[in-house]
Amino acid sequence: MQSERQPILELHEITKAFGGVEALRGVDFALTAGEIHGLVGENGAGKSTLMKIIAGVHADFSGRFVLDGRETRFRSVRDAHAAGIAMVHQELSVAPDLTVAENVFLGSQPTNRLGLVQWRRMAREAGEQLKRFGIDVDPMSRLGDLPIGLQQLIEIARVLFSGARIIILDEPTSALSPPEVERLFATLRQLRGEGTSIVFISHFIEDILRVSDVVTVFRNGRKVAETPAVETSKSTLIEAMIGKGREALEETYTHDIMLPPPTDQPVVLNANGLTLAGRLREVSFEARAGEVLGIYGFMGCGQLELARILFGKIKPDLGTLAVAGNQKAFRSTADARRSGIAFVPESRRDMLFHQEPVYKNISISILDRISSLLLKPSRERAIATRQVDQLRIRPAAVELDLGMLSGGNQQKVALAKWLSYPPRLLVLCEPTRGMDVGAKNDVIHIIRDLRAKGLAIIVLSTEPETVLSLADRVIVLKRGAVVREFANEQISKDRLLEAA
Amino acid sequence: MTSGESVTVAAPDRKRPHRLAAMLRSQMRNIAPFLTLICLFGFFAAASPSFATLDNFGNILTQISVTGIIAVGLTFVILCAEIDLSIAAIANVTGIAVAYFTLQESYVNIANVPMPGWAAILLALALCALLGLVNAFGLTVIGIPSFIMTLAMMQIAAGISALLVRGQIAYKVPPLVTTLGSTSIGGIPWIVIVAALMLLGGHLVLTYTRFGRYVYMVGGNREAAEYSGLNVKLILGSVMVISAVCAGIGGMVGVAHFGSAQQNEFDTYLLDSIAAVVVGGTSLFGGRGGIGNTIVGLFVLGVLNNGLDHVNIDSFLKILIRGLILLAALVINVYAQRLRERTAD
Repeated sequence: MQSERQPILELHEITKAFGGVEALRGVDFALTAGEIHGLVGENGAGKSTLMKIIAGVHADFSGRFVLDGRETRFRSVRDAHAAGIAMVHQELSVAPDLTVAENVFLGSQPTNRLGLVQWRRMAREAGEQLKRFGIDVDPMSRLGDLPIGLQQLIEIARVLFSGARIIILDEPTSALSPPEVERLFATLRQLRGEGTSIVFISHFIEDILRVSDVVTVFRNGRKVAETPAVETSKSTLIEAMIGKGREALEETYTHDIMLPPPTDQPVVLNANGLTLAGRLREVSFEARAGEVLGIYGFMGCGQLELARILFGKIKPDLGTLAVAGNQKAFRSTADARRSGIAFVPESRRDMLFHQEPVYKNISISILDRISSLLLKPSRERAIATRQVDQLRIRPAAVELDLGMLSGGNQQKVALAKWLSYPPRLLVLCEPTRGMDVGAKNDVIHIIRDLRAKGLAIIVLSTEPETVLSLADRVIVLKRGAVVREFANEQISKDRLLEAA
Repeated sequence: MTSGESVTVAAPDRKRPHRLAAMLRSQMRNIAPFLTLICLFGFFAAASPSFATLDNFGNILTQISVTGIIAVGLTFVILCAEIDLSIAAIANVTGIAVAYFTLQESYVNIANVPMPGWAAILLALALCALLGLVNAFGLTVIGIPSFIMTLAMMQIAAGISALLVRGQIAYKVPPLVTTLGSTSIGGIPWIVIVAALMLLGGHLVLTYTRFGRYVYMVGGNREAAEYSGLNVKLILGSVMVISAVCAGIGGMVGVAHFGSAQQNEFDTYLLDSIAAVVVGGTSLFGGRGGIGNTIVGLFVLGVLNNGLDHVNIDSFLKILIRGLILLAALVINVYAQRLRERTAD
């Protein structure tokens, strides 16, 4: 419908690689003035990478970048800002210790002639802007004290009212409630009417179809479809996203699967009423031996905090934990480890020692079991070698620095470090995120083996596929509270997404 | 989307031609200080006939001993990516304390508390350990950054020193301390032996014990250490106490070595110890380096200080030259870290 208009932004043959792996392969993309352009695709399809190129985050790519008919190249986010391009990133990027007003005006506070910040004016204007967006909040309150959803809205508001003419929103609705989403859409339509171009990335295809003029589909770093929103449907888009004839390895879970009947194995962990201000509300569940409990929710639903409470890294404000029936109040992660809990965080960087050899990475968590005072390096190497063989870590060289391994193999090392003396409970955050299909499958098999050996396992993920491929029982977290439990029933990606 | 961290396939075989270069780059922090040492030694040996003699080598060893003893504990702290600015002040207060508890000559006008030698030594050691515990408490329990915490401790220890001696000078220390600080055995000064044993002990602990491994792991990636279930606070607290006790021992034998205990006696040892550790190549970001590096760093500083005396240089210029060498070492330190990270990626 916008076809007669000139595009204001054109990208030609964009290719971008991260460490040898191509995230984008020869992608063309165009944006016209006053359009809302929806982007869909699975995790890792290249949507965010392309948008980060437009927003000046990635300056290192090949291809042509044409803005207003002139070929340009942004070297930084500042360049993109100067050209009127602003982006709301998937991960919340606010300054929690500053006030709401300071966040709204981040980097562009109103000042008087002496260069001093005009606090009163800033507070007033921030309040007015937010009210226009339907947010009624004291502009001088500390942003970090507000609920996550509100923080996300404020970040969006900041970008929407920054005066940018191209606005990119990457998963802006993940932590928002339905009325908040409605308000966002109304504002987007209003901005479109004023001539602003908007790129809207979302996993929620209904949202994309409702608000977009044009929809572009990405798969594996390529653009596979571009169509006016009125001429397509959810099922067509999903088909384009997932692709036909994919290998059986990549289970898509669009059909229903049946969760097994509940196990009568003993309860290993009992969480009761876990509450953390602004993050978690009275979360209760139990994890049983020989069972994988999946905890699913959108980004910002409180999963990360929940996992850290289970491993003694964060203390809950309220609520109790019991391991094998004994009440525990962990004062440190060392306490949790001694109680038989193992933890793998969502980011490998936080878990591993990149400059140390593989065997030291594997032995670190069990050193106190194999040596009292003096180290026993030969014993460490023997244990590490056994783990490397069992988990098929490649290259199979325990002396190699961990940083030389691929991401998938690093993830296996992160698991291996807990398995020489198996824990009672294994808490895994995003165990297969960012892995290729082969490594993903290996990890899934490792986790299933551990379950068969009688471990209690909790898998926390924002990816429905991860939860569905592993879990025997699923609980869904939404804005810090348990909203649904799936056990002994039919489950599918759709139902999971619906519940969240 | 996490495409940024995904799947880089490492193929060591393909990199073979670059392996030597890669190894040299990754060892940069160990090689560079050693080259510096050889260059300095060569320069001074050529510039002055009195420099490269056995006698002078003995001088250098004696000159770096007190710094060496203090630097043992500091190496632990810096390996954990923390800093201890209170070492010189703790050395000073411990040296003063051991004299305070020793019977002084009648002309020394200090209201001291004479005790048997062993009790004086134990009390002095207890004092430095206590101050180290306060550092540890502030760092781990309250959460004060070590830079600020030990800055406060520097003042506190200096304050205790001032209260104990009140501007006076004490001369007597227990016989054991006198022996270790100012006598020789078989031509080798005891203080050199003490320094060598402490450096050896530090090296053994760091290399062969579980605690030593934890120190490196906490320094290498504190977050990962915590997620591996290590008691990071306990380890950080321990290194602060080790640092204070090493500084205290250095202070005690130092007082005997200099022949007197007075205020501000050890002030220059703060920068010297930090310089020795860092010039030696131990990473300021933690996790890399060790006592071996510290020893090389001690010799670089020792050769530099001693050699500058031999070449008859303007003593004011000496200070500037020391500063420039330290700056160069810091540049290499940061640069080596970056090179290594690039190799690891």
